[in-house]
Amino acid sequence: MCGIVGLFLKDKTLEPRLGDLLSDMLIIMTDRGPDSAGIAIYGGAAGGKAKVTIQSANPGTDFVGLADDLEKAGIAASVVVKSTHAVISIDAAQLPDIRAALSSIRPNTRIMGSGESVEIFKEIGLPKDVVARFDVRAMGGTHGIGHTRMATESAVTTLGAHPFSTGADQCLVHNGSLSNHNNLRRELVREGMTFETQNDSEVAAAYLTAEMAKGKDLGQALTGALDDLDGFFTFVVGTKSGFGVVRDPIACKPAVMAETDQYVAFGSEYRALVNLPGIETARVWEPEPATVYFWDHDKAA
Amino acid sequence: MPVFDLSQTPLRELNSALHTLGAGANDTEFEVINPRGHHAVAVGIDAPVTVEIKGSVGYYCAGMNDGGTVTVHGSAGPGVAENMMSGTVVIEGDASQYAGATGRGGLLVIKGNAASRCGISMKGIDIVVQGSIGHMSAFMGQSGHLVVCGDAGEALGDSLYEAKLFVRGTVKSLGADCIEKQMKPKHLAKLAELLEQAGITDVKPEEFKRYGSARKLYNFNIDNADAY
Repeated sequence: MCGIVGLFLKDKTLEPRLGDLLSDMLIIMTDRGPDSAGIAIYGGAAGGKAKVTIQSANPGTDFVGLADDLEKAGIAASVVVKSTHAVISIDAAQLPDIRAALSSIRPNTRIMGSGESVEIFKEIGLPKDVVARFDVRAMGGTHGIGHTRMATESAVTTLGAHPFSTGADQCLVHNGSLSNHNNLRRELVREGMTFETQNDSEVAAAYLTAEMAKGKDLGQALTGALDDLDGFFTFVVGTKSGFGVVRDPIACKPAVMAETDQYVAFGSEYRALVNLPGIETARVWEPEPATVYFWDHDKAA
Repeated sequence: MPVFDLSQTPLRELNSALHTLGAGANDTEFEVINPRGHHAVAVGIDAPVTVEIKGSVGYYCAGMNDGGTVTVHGSAGPGVAENMMSGTVVIEGDASQYAGATGRGGLLVIKGNAASRCGISMKGIDIVVQGSIGHMSAFMGQSGHLVVCGDAGEALGDSLYEAKLFVRGTVKSLGADCIEKQMKPKHLAKLAELLEQAGITDVKPEEFKRYGSARKLYNFNIDNADAY
């Protein structure tokens, strides 16, 4: 089943409340999937800086002295530890180097996501526990997406949780199941993409990353997904400045959207949206099958 | 008039109050406030009660309704009035997928649009949609009427049995074995009756086209005997 949510803010005065609003939306969706939960928050880009979110099964050892060890490896970094995750801030220019450095100095850590704006937190457990563990409510930002999982296509592990991130500042949450993911994964591997799991949704994320790397924008990449992905899906996707939604042509996975002057919101069900400000007068609709919806802060400006 | 505030009262209290009404009960007008997208609001009604729901509901609202009159002053999630037996359900806003699915009787009125699979496997229910409907509507519909004042999506009436379909706007495509049929005086009379019941006065029965089963898919064709 799975529950997915997304919130794209147009009104800057709401930005400090992004984590709080998104947490409520996700927690209401708990009964759509209790296996694991995750959230991606786009906190806004600081010029020339990048963030890398990593995860460890042994944060008590892996995160100790991490900044010092990165320094010795030639990467000046500051580290904020949140439970099993740590957010490493570095110069954007060193983003290509840090993956190799981490695999050398902290081989047991996993990169959840990286980019100028995004931070990704996901773990096994209920949304309320995951949200509390990472103090998501205190986080501000421009947009974010969340997922609560009922596992079907791969194991219940931290890495099998959503959102999946396969490119800088890109991430995806998925409700549904893909049927051509094994074949598509082989093709993407041949194109140079790397995969962490056997999960179908990771293939969808990697597909969009690969398409955008070829020069497509998010909307064009999502349109391509309608032709190239087979199976059931409602996707909500984030990029550094954008937010997109697409459903497969059969559209049996539920979706509700709401838009006001202050935000665009997505929920698997209307219940997820009821605490948003001004929802009573929002334009509420069900996204059409096989139709791409996307919003972009840069293009709107 | 009992009022249930679903932001304060568990849903089960509302539904069990609806289910425990004795024969001849007088206090049969219920109001529900703050439904906030709850699932299964007012399911399993089996008495001639009136339920006014002030807001939008989630899955399966008024499911299995048998004799009640339920009005949703908002929109409804998937499966509204699923398997209705008798009575009336009115949605002032939009309805999500499979509205009125498998319904055996009664009247479902949707004043906005309905999404995909509206009236799927309908078995006697009458559905009147003032707006448009999505794809695969009336799939395998067996009996009853589906009236659409707007447009219909892809594959209308796929694998249709004997449900009668009336669409005023365009049909994106017809499903397997669904064809346009002649509108006869008895169909116009039935259409006028359904529009009146739904309170729709600004459209005329003559503006609709009728669709039904070509009866080639569900009837055994003797010419195909060699294939078995």
